[in-house]
Amino acid sequence: MSDHQNLILSLIEKHQPQLLADWLSGLARGSRSGSGPHRDNDTPDQAKRFIEQLQRGVRSGQFDDISTSEWAPMRELLEDVSRNRANQGISPAETATFVFSFKEPLFELLRRNIPNDADLLARLIWQATRLLDQLGLFTIECYQKTREELIGRQQQELLELSTPVVQLWDGILALPLIGTLDSARTQIVMESLLDRIVTSGAEIAIIDITGVPTVDTLVAQHLIKTISAARLMGADCILSGIRPQIAQTIVHLGLELNVISKATMADALRLALHRTRKIIVDRAVPSAKETQWNG
Amino acid sequence: MGEIPILKIRDCLLVSIQVDMHDRLAMALQDDLTQRIVQDRARGVMIDISALEIVDSFIGRMLNNIAAMSRVLDAVTVVVGMRPAVAITLVELGLTLTGVRTALNVDKGLEMIRGIIDRDEREDDRRDR
Amino acid sequence: MIVETDDALPVRTSDDVVRVRQAVRARAVAAGFSLVDQTKIITAASEIARNTVDYGGGGTVRIETLRNGQRRGVRLTFADHGPGIADLKLAMTDGYTSGNGLGLGLSGAKRLVNEFDVTSAPGQGTTVTLARWK
Repeated sequence: MSDHQNLILSLIEKHQPQLLADWLSGLARGSRSGSGPHRDNDTPDQAKRFIEQLQRGVRSGQFDDISTSEWAPMRELLEDVSRNRANQGISPAETATFVFSFKEPLFELLRRNIPNDADLLARLIWQATRLLDQLGLFTIECYQKTREELIGRQQQELLELSTPVVQLWDGILALPLIGTLDSARTQIVMESLLDRIVTSGAEIAIIDITGVPTVDTLVAQHLIKTISAARLMGADCILSGIRPQIAQTIVHLGLELNVISKATMADALRLALHRTRKIIVDRAVPSAKETQWNG
Repeated sequence: MGEIPILKIRDCLLVSIQVDMHDRLAMALQDDLTQRIVQDRARGVMIDISALEIVDSFIGRMLNNIAAMSRVLDAVTVVVGMRPAVAITLVELGLTLTGVRTALNVDKGLEMIRGIIDRDEREDDRRDR
Repeated sequence: MIVETDDALPVRTSDDVVRVRQAVRARAVAAGFSLVDQTKIITAASEIARNTVDYGGGGTVRIETLRNGQRRGVRLTFADHGPGIADLKLAMTDGYTSGNGLGLGLSGAKRLVNEFDVTSAPGQGTTVTLARWK
Protein backbone atom coordinates (compact mmCIF):
# COMPACT_ATOMS: atom_id res chain seq x y z
CA MET A 1 0.00 0.00 0.00
CA SER A 2 1.41 3.38 -0.95
CA ASP A 3 2.03 6.25 1.41
CA HIS A 4 -0.90 8.14 -0.03
CA GLN A 5 -3.29 5.33 0.62
CA ASN A 6 -1.85 4.93 4.09
CA LEU A 7 -2.42 8.59 4.77
CA ILE A 8 -6.02 8.55 3.58
CA LEU A 9 -6.66 5.43 5.62
CA SER A 10 -5.21 6.80 8.84
CA LEU A 11 -7.13 10.05 8.47
CA ILE A 12 -10.41 8.22 7.97
CA GLU A 13 -9.73 5.97 10.93
CA LYS A 14 -8.82 8.87 13.19
CA HIS A 15 -11.80 11.07 12.32
CA GLN A 16 -14.41 8.47 11.56
CA PRO A 17 -17.22 9.71 13.83
CA GLN A 18 -16.93 13.28 12.56
CA LEU A 19 -16.73 12.07 8.97
CA LEU A 20 -19.88 10.02 9.40
CA ALA A 21 -21.76 12.85 11.06
CA ASP A 22 -20.82 15.36 8.36
CA TRP A 23 -21.80 12.94 5.62
CA LEU A 24 -25.17 12.15 7.14
CA SER A 25 -26.06 15.79 7.62
CA GLY A 26 -25.04 16.44 4.03
CA LEU A 27 -27.30 13.64 2.85
CA ALA A 28 -30.19 14.95 4.93
CA ARG A 29 -29.67 18.45 3.54
CA GLY A 30 -29.67 17.11 0.00
CA SER A 31 -32.89 15.17 0.40
CA ARG A 32 -34.65 18.09 2.04
CA SER A 33 -33.61 20.48 -0.69
CA GLY A 34 -35.74 19.04 -3.39
CA SER A 35 -34.68 15.55 -4.39
CA GLY A 36 -37.93 14.38 -2.85
CA PRO A 37 -38.94 12.80 0.43
CA HIS A 38 -36.41 10.25 1.50
CA ARG A 39 -38.14 8.08 4.00
CA ASP A 40 -35.21 5.82 4.58
CA ASN A 41 -34.26 4.80 8.07
CA ASP A 42 -31.48 2.57 6.88
CA THR A 43 -29.26 5.39 5.65
CA PRO A 44 -27.30 6.00 8.89
CA ASP A 45 -26.55 2.31 9.23
CA GLN A 46 -25.65 1.99 5.58
CA ALA A 47 -23.37 5.02 5.81
CA LYS A 48 -21.55 3.58 8.79
CA ARG A 49 -21.03 0.27 7.02
CA PHE A 50 -19.89 2.10 3.90
CA ILE A 51 -17.08 3.80 5.79
CA GLU A 52 -16.09 0.53 7.42
CA GLN A 53 -15.96 -1.27 4.09
CA LEU A 54 -14.11 1.64 2.52
CA GLN A 55 -11.43 1.36 5.18
CA ARG A 56 -11.26 -2.36 4.67
CA GLY A 57 -10.89 -2.02 0.92
CA VAL A 58 -8.25 0.68 1.19
CA ARG A 59 -6.38 -1.32 3.81
CA SER A 60 -6.10 -4.21 1.41
CA GLY A 61 -4.12 -1.97 -0.88
CA GLN A 62 -6.44 -2.40 -3.82
CA PHE A 63 -7.25 1.15 -4.88
CA ASP A 64 -7.68 0.78 -8.60
CA ASP A 65 -10.08 -2.05 -9.16
CA ILE A 66 -13.21 -2.57 -7.09
CA SER A 67 -14.15 -5.78 -8.88
CA THR A 68 -11.58 -7.73 -6.87
CA SER A 69 -12.47 -10.02 -3.99
CA GLU A 70 -11.23 -7.53 -1.38
CA TRP A 71 -14.08 -5.24 -2.31
CA ALA A 72 -16.74 -7.94 -2.34
CA PRO A 73 -18.37 -6.93 0.97
CA MET A 74 -18.51 -3.30 -0.20
CA ARG A 75 -20.13 -4.37 -3.48
CA GLU A 76 -22.71 -6.37 -1.55
CA LEU A 77 -23.46 -3.35 0.60
CA LEU A 78 -23.90 -1.11 -2.44
CA GLU A 79 -26.13 -3.74 -4.07
CA ASP A 80 -28.35 -3.65 -0.99
CA VAL A 81 -28.39 0.14 -0.95
CA SER A 82 -29.37 0.45 -4.59
CA ARG A 83 -31.86 -2.43 -4.57
CA ASN A 84 -33.51 -0.82 -1.56
CA ARG A 85 -33.85 2.51 -3.30
CA ALA A 86 -34.80 1.07 -6.68
CA ASN A 87 -37.68 -0.83 -5.13
CA GLN A 88 -38.87 2.33 -3.43
CA GLY A 89 -38.92 4.13 -6.73
CA ILE A 90 -36.18 6.56 -5.76
CA SER A 91 -34.39 8.08 -8.74
CA PRO A 92 -31.03 6.71 -9.94
CA ALA A 93 -29.41 10.09 -9.39
CA GLU A 94 -30.47 10.20 -5.79
CA THR A 95 -29.30 6.64 -5.29
CA ALA A 96 -25.85 7.40 -6.64
CA THR A 97 -25.76 10.54 -4.54
CA PHE A 98 -25.43 8.25 -1.55
CA VAL A 99 -21.87 7.51 -2.70
CA PHE A 100 -20.92 10.74 -4.43
CA SER A 101 -21.97 12.88 -1.51
CA PHE A 102 -19.23 11.22 0.52
CA LYS A 103 -16.69 13.24 -1.43
CA GLU A 104 -17.53 16.51 0.25
CA PRO A 105 -16.86 15.50 3.87
CA LEU A 106 -13.86 13.40 2.83
CA PHE A 107 -12.19 16.16 0.84
CA GLU A 108 -12.97 18.60 3.65
CA LEU A 109 -11.24 16.21 6.04
CA LEU A 110 -8.20 15.95 3.78
CA ARG A 111 -8.04 19.69 3.26
CA ARG A 112 -8.15 20.41 7.00
CA ASN A 113 -5.37 17.93 7.72
CA ILE A 114 -3.06 18.86 4.85
CA PRO A 115 -3.04 22.64 4.95
CA ASN A 116 0.37 23.28 3.50
CA ASP A 117 1.02 20.84 0.71
CA ALA A 118 -1.25 21.69 -2.22
CA ASP A 119 0.49 19.15 -4.43
CA LEU A 120 -0.01 16.29 -1.99
CA LEU A 121 -3.59 17.35 -1.32
CA ALA A 122 -4.35 17.38 -5.04
CA ARG A 123 -2.90 13.93 -5.49
CA LEU A 124 -4.84 12.48 -2.55
CA ILE A 125 -8.08 14.03 -3.73
CA TRP A 126 -7.49 12.58 -7.18
CA GLN A 127 -6.90 9.07 -5.76
CA ALA A 128 -10.00 9.32 -3.61
CA THR A 129 -12.09 10.64 -6.49
CA ARG A 130 -11.14 7.74 -8.74
CA LEU A 131 -12.11 5.26 -6.09
CA LEU A 132 -15.39 6.90 -5.16
CA ASP A 133 -16.35 7.35 -8.81
CA GLN A 134 -15.96 3.61 -9.36
CA LEU A 135 -18.12 2.90 -6.34
CA GLY A 136 -20.74 5.44 -7.44
CA LEU A 137 -20.95 4.03 -10.95
CA PHE A 138 -21.22 0.52 -9.58
CA THR A 139 -24.16 1.67 -7.50
CA ILE A 140 -25.89 3.03 -10.58
CA GLU A 141 -25.36 -0.23 -12.45
CA CYS A 142 -26.88 -2.21 -9.60
CA TYR A 143 -29.80 0.16 -9.55
CA GLN A 144 -30.43 -0.34 -13.24
CA LYS A 145 -30.28 -4.09 -12.90
CA THR A 146 -32.85 -4.01 -10.12
CA ARG A 147 -35.18 -1.76 -12.09
CA GLU A 148 -34.90 -4.05 -15.09
CA GLU A 149 -35.78 -7.06 -12.96
CA LEU A 150 -38.76 -5.21 -11.52
CA ILE A 151 -39.99 -4.15 -14.93
CA GLY A 152 -39.52 -7.66 -16.22
CA ARG A 153 -41.66 -9.05 -13.43
CA GLN A 154 -44.36 -6.46 -14.01
CA GLN A 155 -44.38 -7.18 -17.72
CA GLN A 156 -44.78 -10.87 -17.05
CA GLU A 157 -47.72 -10.26 -14.72
CA LEU A 158 -49.34 -7.91 -17.21
CA LEU A 159 -48.89 -10.47 -19.91
CA GLU A 160 -50.49 -13.20 -17.90
CA LEU A 161 -53.42 -10.96 -16.98
CA SER A 162 -54.05 -9.75 -20.52
CA THR A 163 -53.97 -13.05 -22.34
CA PRO A 164 -55.91 -15.62 -20.44
CA VAL A 165 -56.63 -18.97 -22.02
CA VAL A 166 -60.17 -19.98 -21.11
CA GLN A 167 -61.87 -23.32 -21.25
CA LEU A 168 -65.19 -22.96 -23.06
CA TRP A 169 -66.22 -26.57 -22.65
CA ASP A 170 -64.73 -30.01 -22.19
CA GLY A 171 -61.90 -30.24 -24.63
CA ILE A 172 -62.43 -26.76 -26.09
CA LEU A 173 -60.15 -23.85 -25.25
CA ALA A 174 -60.41 -20.23 -26.33
CA LEU A 175 -57.61 -17.69 -26.60
CA PRO A 176 -59.05 -14.19 -27.03
CA LEU A 177 -56.18 -12.02 -28.19
CA ILE A 178 -56.51 -8.36 -27.37
CA GLY A 179 -54.48 -5.38 -28.42
CA THR A 180 -51.50 -5.12 -30.69
CA LEU A 181 -49.30 -8.14 -30.82
CA ASP A 182 -45.56 -7.77 -30.90
CA SER A 183 -43.28 -10.67 -31.63
CA ALA A 184 -42.23 -11.32 -28.05
CA ARG A 185 -45.73 -11.18 -26.64
CA THR A 186 -47.15 -13.39 -29.36
CA GLN A 187 -44.51 -16.02 -28.68
CA ILE A 188 -45.22 -16.10 -24.97
CA VAL A 189 -48.96 -16.22 -25.52
CA MET A 190 -48.68 -19.02 -28.03
CA GLU A 191 -46.45 -21.07 -25.77
CA SER A 192 -48.90 -20.76 -22.90
CA LEU A 193 -51.73 -21.86 -25.20
CA LEU A 194 -49.83 -25.00 -26.11
CA ASP A 195 -49.09 -25.70 -22.45
CA ARG A 196 -52.78 -25.34 -21.63
CA ILE A 197 -53.67 -27.73 -24.41
CA VAL A 198 -51.52 -30.36 -22.73
CA THR A 199 -52.75 -29.77 -19.20
CA SER A 200 -56.43 -29.58 -20.12
CA GLY A 201 -56.35 -32.28 -22.78
CA ALA A 202 -58.20 -29.96 -25.15
CA GLU A 203 -58.63 -31.16 -28.71
CA ILE A 204 -59.59 -27.77 -30.09
CA ALA A 205 -58.32 -24.27 -29.44
CA ILE A 206 -60.25 -21.29 -30.76
CA ILE A 207 -57.92 -18.36 -31.40
CA ASP A 208 -60.00 -15.22 -31.52
CA ILE A 209 -58.49 -12.07 -32.96
CA THR A 210 -61.51 -9.76 -32.79
CA GLY A 211 -59.57 -7.49 -30.47
CA VAL A 212 -56.47 -7.30 -32.64
CA PRO A 213 -56.34 -4.15 -34.81
CA THR A 214 -53.58 -5.23 -37.18
CA VAL A 215 -51.76 -8.37 -38.13
CA ASP A 216 -48.35 -8.15 -39.79
CA THR A 217 -46.28 -10.87 -41.41
CA LEU A 218 -44.37 -11.70 -38.25
CA VAL A 219 -47.48 -12.13 -36.13
CA ALA A 220 -49.17 -14.13 -38.87
CA GLN A 221 -46.13 -16.40 -39.01
CA HIS A 222 -46.29 -16.97 -35.28
CA LEU A 223 -49.97 -17.82 -35.60
CA ILE A 224 -49.24 -20.28 -38.37
CA LYS A 225 -46.38 -21.89 -36.42
CA THR A 226 -48.51 -22.20 -33.31
CA ILE A 227 -51.30 -23.87 -35.25
CA SER A 228 -48.79 -26.27 -36.81
CA ALA A 229 -47.34 -27.05 -33.40
CA ALA A 230 -50.79 -27.69 -31.94
CA ARG A 231 -51.53 -30.10 -34.77
CA LEU A 232 -48.24 -31.90 -34.27
CA MET A 233 -49.24 -32.41 -30.68
CA GLY A 234 -52.60 -33.86 -31.61
CA ALA A 235 -54.94 -30.89 -31.23
CA ASP A 236 -56.37 -28.46 -33.77
CA CYS A 237 -57.16 -24.77 -33.97
CA ILE A 238 -59.97 -22.63 -35.32
CA LEU A 239 -59.43 -18.97 -36.04
CA SER A 240 -62.23 -16.54 -35.33
CA GLY A 241 -62.97 -12.84 -35.37
CA ILE A 242 -61.06 -11.89 -38.50
CA ARG A 243 -62.15 -8.40 -39.44
CA PRO A 244 -62.39 -7.31 -43.07
CA GLN A 245 -59.21 -5.21 -42.87
CA ILE A 246 -57.22 -8.11 -41.51
CA ALA A 247 -58.62 -10.43 -44.15
CA GLN A 248 -57.39 -7.97 -46.77
CA THR A 249 -53.96 -7.74 -45.19
CA ILE A 250 -53.64 -11.51 -45.12
CA VAL A 251 -54.50 -11.86 -48.80
CA HIS A 252 -52.26 -8.89 -49.61
CA LEU A 253 -49.28 -10.43 -47.85
CA GLY A 254 -49.94 -13.66 -49.67
CA LEU A 255 -50.18 -15.62 -46.45
CA GLU A 256 -51.49 -19.16 -46.54
CA LEU A 257 -53.35 -19.55 -43.31
CA ASN A 258 -54.33 -23.17 -43.85
CA VAL A 259 -56.73 -23.15 -40.92
CA ILE A 260 -60.49 -22.95 -40.70
CA SER A 261 -61.55 -19.46 -39.80
CA LYS A 262 -64.96 -18.33 -38.68
CA ALA A 263 -66.33 -14.81 -38.49
CA THR A 264 -67.32 -14.97 -34.83
CA MET A 265 -66.31 -16.95 -31.80
CA ALA A 266 -69.88 -18.24 -31.62
CA ASP A 267 -69.51 -19.81 -35.04
CA ALA A 268 -66.16 -21.25 -34.03
CA LEU A 269 -67.69 -22.71 -30.87
CA ARG A 270 -70.50 -24.28 -32.86
CA LEU A 271 -67.95 -25.98 -35.10
CA ALA A 272 -65.81 -27.05 -32.16
CA LEU A 273 -68.79 -28.62 -30.39
CA HIS A 274 -69.67 -30.47 -33.57
CA ARG A 275 -66.12 -31.74 -33.94
CA THR A 276 -66.02 -32.95 -30.37
CA ARG A 277 -69.29 -34.80 -30.98
CA LYS A 278 -71.47 -32.64 -28.75
CA ILE A 279 -75.04 -31.61 -29.46
CA ILE A 280 -77.01 -28.83 -27.82
CA VAL A 281 -80.79 -29.33 -27.62
CA ASP A 282 -83.59 -27.08 -26.41
CA ARG A 283 -85.48 -28.27 -23.35
CA ALA A 284 -89.17 -29.19 -23.90
CA VAL A 285 -91.60 -26.28 -24.02
CA PRO A 286 -93.38 -25.86 -20.61
CA SER A 287 -97.03 -27.04 -20.46
CA ALA A 288 -100.00 -24.61 -20.33
CA LYS A 289 -100.51 -25.25 -16.57
CA GLU A 290 -96.91 -24.16 -15.77
CA THR A 291 -97.15 -20.93 -17.72
CA GLN A 292 -100.40 -20.06 -15.90
CA TRP A 293 -98.71 -20.50 -12.56
CA ASN A 294 -95.70 -18.39 -13.47
CA GLY A 295 -97.95 -15.67 -14.92
CA MET B 1 -34.97 -58.11 -27.14
CA GLY B 2 -34.17 -54.39 -26.91
CA GLU B 3 -34.26 -52.28 -23.79
CA ILE B 4 -37.56 -50.57 -24.51
CA PRO B 5 -40.56 -52.51 -23.21
CA ILE B 6 -43.53 -53.04 -25.53
CA LEU B 7 -46.89 -53.43 -23.82
CA LYS B 8 -50.01 -54.93 -25.29
CA ILE B 9 -53.40 -53.30 -24.66
CA ARG B 10 -56.14 -55.31 -26.38
CA ASP B 11 -55.06 -55.23 -30.02
CA CYS B 12 -52.70 -52.31 -29.65
CA LEU B 13 -49.02 -52.14 -28.82
CA LEU B 14 -47.80 -49.35 -26.55
CA VAL B 15 -44.20 -48.18 -26.52
CA SER B 16 -43.04 -45.60 -24.04
CA ILE B 17 -39.75 -43.93 -24.95
CA GLN B 18 -38.11 -42.83 -21.75
CA VAL B 19 -34.44 -42.70 -22.55
CA ASP B 20 -32.15 -40.72 -24.75
CA MET B 21 -32.07 -42.94 -27.82
CA HIS B 22 -28.97 -43.88 -29.71
CA ASP B 23 -28.71 -45.82 -32.96
CA ARG B 24 -28.60 -49.37 -31.61
CA LEU B 25 -31.63 -48.80 -29.44
CA ALA B 26 -33.60 -47.25 -32.29
CA MET B 27 -32.81 -50.15 -34.64
CA ALA B 28 -33.66 -52.68 -31.95
CA LEU B 29 -36.99 -50.96 -31.29
CA GLN B 30 -37.97 -50.96 -34.95
CA ASP B 31 -37.10 -54.66 -35.22
CA ASP B 32 -38.93 -55.60 -32.02
CA LEU B 33 -42.04 -53.66 -32.98
CA THR B 34 -42.28 -55.20 -36.42
CA GLN B 35 -41.98 -58.65 -34.89
CA ARG B 36 -44.59 -57.97 -32.23
CA ILE B 37 -47.11 -56.48 -34.66
CA VAL B 38 -47.11 -59.74 -36.56
CA GLN B 39 -46.85 -61.94 -33.49
CA ASP B 40 -49.69 -60.26 -31.61
CA ARG B 41 -51.72 -59.37 -34.71
CA ALA B 42 -51.77 -55.81 -33.51
CA ARG B 43 -53.98 -53.29 -35.31
CA GLY B 44 -52.49 -50.24 -33.64
CA VAL B 45 -49.10 -49.00 -32.48
CA MET B 46 -48.92 -46.19 -29.96
CA ILE B 47 -45.62 -44.44 -29.31
CA ASP B 48 -45.58 -42.35 -26.15
CA ILE B 49 -42.96 -39.61 -26.40
CA SER B 50 -44.10 -37.59 -23.39
CA ALA B 51 -40.74 -38.20 -21.73
CA LEU B 52 -38.74 -36.90 -24.68
CA GLU B 53 -37.35 -33.40 -24.28
CA ILE B 54 -35.76 -33.49 -27.71
CA VAL B 55 -36.96 -34.89 -30.99
CA ASP B 56 -34.42 -34.46 -33.78
CA SER B 57 -34.49 -35.67 -37.38
CA PHE B 58 -33.04 -39.02 -36.29
CA ILE B 59 -36.00 -39.72 -34.02
CA GLY B 60 -38.27 -38.29 -36.71
CA ARG B 61 -36.88 -40.81 -39.19
CA MET B 62 -37.42 -43.60 -36.73
CA LEU B 63 -41.05 -42.60 -36.17
CA ASN B 64 -41.67 -42.35 -39.90
CA ASN B 65 -40.07 -45.78 -40.43
CA ILE B 66 -42.21 -47.35 -37.76
CA ALA B 67 -45.33 -45.81 -39.28
CA ALA B 68 -44.39 -47.07 -42.74
CA MET B 69 -43.70 -50.60 -41.54
CA SER B 70 -46.90 -50.71 -39.50
CA ARG B 71 -48.94 -49.57 -42.46
CA VAL B 72 -47.58 -52.42 -44.53
CA LEU B 73 -48.63 -54.75 -41.72
CA ASP B 74 -52.11 -53.14 -41.60
CA ALA B 75 -51.59 -51.38 -38.29
CA VAL B 76 -52.19 -47.73 -37.41
CA THR B 77 -49.43 -45.71 -35.76
CA VAL B 78 -50.19 -42.86 -33.34
CA VAL B 79 -47.59 -40.75 -31.58
CA VAL B 80 -48.78 -39.30 -28.29
CA GLY B 81 -47.59 -36.91 -25.63
CA MET B 82 -45.47 -34.53 -27.67
CA ARG B 83 -44.31 -31.64 -25.47
CA PRO B 84 -45.07 -28.06 -26.55
CA ALA B 85 -41.38 -27.08 -26.68
CA VAL B 86 -40.69 -30.09 -28.88
CA ALA B 87 -43.63 -29.28 -31.18
CA ILE B 88 -42.49 -25.67 -31.55
CA THR B 89 -38.95 -26.80 -32.33
CA LEU B 90 -40.07 -29.38 -34.87
CA VAL B 91 -42.15 -26.76 -36.68
CA GLU B 92 -39.14 -24.46 -36.80
CA LEU B 93 -36.90 -27.34 -37.88
CA GLY B 94 -39.33 -28.04 -40.71
CA LEU B 95 -39.70 -31.68 -39.80
CA THR B 96 -42.91 -33.35 -40.90
CA LEU B 97 -44.04 -36.69 -39.55
CA THR B 98 -45.47 -38.37 -42.61
CA GLY B 99 -48.01 -41.10 -42.12
CA VAL B 100 -47.88 -40.55 -38.39
CA ARG B 101 -51.01 -39.51 -36.60
CA THR B 102 -50.74 -37.69 -33.31
CA ALA B 103 -52.88 -37.46 -30.20
CA LEU B 104 -52.47 -35.61 -26.93
CA ASN B 105 -52.23 -38.63 -24.68
CA VAL B 106 -52.58 -42.41 -24.46
CA ASP B 107 -56.34 -42.27 -23.84
CA LYS B 108 -57.05 -40.16 -26.88
CA GLY B 109 -54.58 -42.22 -28.87
CA LEU B 110 -56.47 -45.42 -28.10
CA GLU B 111 -59.74 -43.71 -28.98
CA MET B 112 -58.26 -42.61 -32.27
CA ILE B 113 -57.00 -46.07 -33.14
CA ARG B 114 -60.36 -47.59 -32.19
CA GLY B 115 -62.13 -45.06 -34.37
CA ILE B 116 -59.94 -45.79 -37.38
CA ILE B 117 -60.19 -49.57 -37.01
CA ASP B 118 -63.97 -49.42 -36.63
CA ARG B 119 -64.30 -47.13 -39.63
CA ASP B 120 -62.12 -49.43 -41.74
CA GLU B 121 -64.17 -52.44 -40.72
CA ARG B 122 -67.39 -50.68 -41.69
CA GLU B 123 -65.76 -49.90 -45.05
CA ASP B 124 -64.82 -53.53 -45.52
CA ASP B 125 -68.35 -54.68 -44.56
CA ARG B 126 -69.86 -52.31 -47.06
CA ARG B 127 -67.60 -53.52 -49.80
CA ASP B 128 -68.24 -57.16 -49.05
CA ARG B 129 -72.00 -56.82 -49.34
CA MET C 1 -17.71 -10.26 -25.12
CA ILE C 2 -16.52 -12.69 -22.48
CA VAL C 3 -16.20 -16.44 -22.76
CA GLU C 4 -17.37 -17.79 -19.44
CA THR C 5 -16.91 -21.51 -19.97
CA ASP C 6 -15.11 -23.49 -22.63
CA ASP C 7 -15.32 -27.27 -22.95
CA ALA C 8 -14.45 -29.74 -25.67
CA LEU C 9 -16.05 -33.12 -26.25
CA PRO C 10 -15.38 -35.91 -28.73
CA VAL C 11 -18.11 -36.56 -31.29
CA ARG C 12 -17.35 -39.97 -32.69
CA THR C 13 -20.07 -42.36 -31.68
CA SER C 14 -23.79 -42.45 -31.17
CA ASP C 15 -23.20 -42.36 -27.42
CA ASP C 16 -21.15 -39.19 -27.86
CA VAL C 17 -24.16 -37.55 -29.51
CA VAL C 18 -26.16 -38.27 -26.37
CA ARG C 19 -23.39 -36.81 -24.22
CA VAL C 20 -23.20 -33.69 -26.39
CA ARG C 21 -26.94 -33.14 -25.91
CA GLN C 22 -26.58 -33.46 -22.17
CA ALA C 23 -23.63 -31.09 -22.04
CA VAL C 24 -25.38 -28.48 -24.18
CA ARG C 25 -28.48 -28.76 -22.02
CA ALA C 26 -26.44 -28.14 -18.88
CA ARG C 27 -24.89 -24.99 -20.38
CA ALA C 28 -28.19 -23.71 -21.75
CA VAL C 29 -29.86 -24.14 -18.39
CA ALA C 30 -26.98 -22.41 -16.63
CA ALA C 31 -27.23 -19.51 -19.08
CA GLY C 32 -30.87 -19.06 -18.11
CA PHE C 33 -32.40 -20.05 -21.45
CA SER C 34 -36.18 -20.52 -21.60
CA LEU C 35 -37.42 -24.06 -22.12
CA VAL C 36 -38.13 -23.47 -25.80
CA ASP C 37 -34.73 -21.88 -26.39
CA GLN C 38 -33.05 -24.80 -24.62
CA THR C 39 -34.92 -27.27 -26.79
CA LYS C 40 -33.93 -25.42 -29.94
CA ILE C 41 -30.19 -25.26 -29.27
CA ILE C 42 -30.03 -28.85 -28.03
CA THR C 43 -31.92 -30.08 -31.08
CA ALA C 44 -29.63 -28.09 -33.38
CA ALA C 45 -26.61 -29.56 -31.57
CA SER C 46 -28.03 -33.04 -31.98
CA GLU C 47 -28.49 -32.54 -35.73
CA ILE C 48 -24.96 -31.30 -36.32
CA ALA C 49 -23.45 -33.87 -33.97
CA ARG C 50 -25.09 -36.66 -35.95
CA ASN C 51 -23.77 -35.17 -39.18
CA THR C 52 -20.30 -35.13 -37.70
CA VAL C 53 -20.55 -38.80 -36.73
CA ASP C 54 -22.37 -40.07 -39.82
CA TYR C 55 -20.75 -38.03 -42.59
CA GLY C 56 -17.68 -36.44 -41.07
CA GLY C 57 -16.03 -39.58 -39.80
CA GLY C 58 -16.17 -38.27 -36.28
CA GLY C 59 -14.77 -35.07 -34.82
CA THR C 60 -15.00 -32.74 -31.85
CA VAL C 61 -17.28 -30.06 -30.48
CA ARG C 62 -16.33 -26.99 -28.50
CA ILE C 63 -19.01 -25.67 -26.18
CA GLU C 64 -18.66 -22.10 -24.96
CA THR C 65 -20.94 -19.98 -22.82
CA LEU C 66 -20.67 -16.31 -23.67
CA ARG C 67 -21.61 -13.07 -22.00
CA ASN C 68 -22.10 -9.82 -23.90
CA GLY C 69 -23.17 -7.20 -21.37
CA GLN C 70 -26.45 -8.45 -19.99
CA ARG C 71 -26.96 -11.03 -22.72
CA ARG C 72 -25.79 -14.58 -22.36
CA GLY C 73 -25.30 -17.11 -25.11
CA VAL C 74 -24.11 -20.59 -25.94
CA ARG C 75 -21.79 -21.19 -28.88
CA LEU C 76 -20.97 -24.58 -30.40
CA THR C 77 -18.19 -25.32 -32.84
CA PHE C 78 -18.27 -28.74 -34.50
CA ALA C 79 -15.20 -29.75 -36.46
CA ASP C 80 -14.27 -32.86 -38.37
CA HIS C 81 -11.61 -33.91 -40.87
CA GLY C 82 -13.96 -35.88 -43.03
CA PRO C 83 -14.58 -35.72 -46.76
CA GLY C 84 -16.12 -32.24 -46.57
CA ILE C 85 -19.20 -30.98 -48.36
CA ALA C 86 -18.88 -30.68 -52.12
CA ASP C 87 -21.77 -28.34 -52.77
CA LEU C 88 -22.43 -26.21 -49.74
CA LYS C 89 -25.31 -24.30 -51.25
CA LEU C 90 -27.10 -27.47 -52.18
CA ALA C 91 -26.52 -28.94 -48.73
CA MET C 92 -28.13 -25.90 -47.16
CA THR C 93 -31.39 -26.24 -49.08
CA ASP C 94 -34.36 -27.84 -47.42
CA GLY C 95 -34.99 -31.42 -48.32
CA TYR C 96 -31.49 -32.12 -49.50
CA THR C 97 -30.07 -35.35 -48.23
CA SER C 98 -27.03 -37.39 -49.03
CA GLY C 99 -28.14 -40.32 -46.95
CA ASN C 100 -31.58 -41.76 -46.48
CA GLY C 101 -32.46 -39.20 -43.90
CA LEU C 102 -34.84 -36.30 -43.89
CA GLY C 103 -32.01 -34.12 -45.07
CA LEU C 104 -32.69 -31.32 -42.68
CA GLY C 105 -29.44 -31.30 -40.76
CA LEU C 106 -27.89 -28.03 -41.84
CA SER C 107 -30.77 -25.89 -43.02
CA GLY C 108 -33.00 -27.02 -40.20
CA ALA C 109 -30.38 -26.39 -37.55
CA LYS C 110 -29.79 -22.93 -38.97
CA ARG C 111 -33.38 -21.98 -38.30
CA LEU C 112 -33.05 -22.96 -34.66
CA VAL C 113 -30.17 -20.65 -33.82
CA ASN C 114 -29.29 -16.96 -34.05
CA GLU C 115 -25.82 -17.35 -35.57
CA PHE C 116 -24.78 -20.04 -38.00
CA ASP C 117 -21.66 -20.57 -40.07
CA VAL C 118 -20.37 -23.47 -42.15
CA THR C 119 -16.90 -23.84 -43.61
CA SER C 120 -16.27 -26.88 -45.71
CA ALA C 121 -14.57 -28.09 -48.87
CA PRO C 122 -13.95 -31.50 -50.42
CA GLY C 123 -11.06 -33.21 -48.66
CA GLN C 124 -10.79 -30.46 -46.07
CA GLY C 125 -13.27 -31.45 -43.45
CA THR C 126 -16.14 -29.40 -42.12
CA THR C 127 -16.53 -26.83 -39.38
CA VAL C 128 -19.97 -25.72 -38.23
CA THR C 129 -20.43 -22.93 -35.71
CA LEU C 130 -23.80 -22.23 -34.11
CA ALA C 131 -24.78 -19.80 -31.39
CA ARG C 132 -27.99 -19.02 -29.60
CA TRP C 133 -28.49 -15.99 -27.40
CA LYS C 134 -30.93 -15.58 -24.57
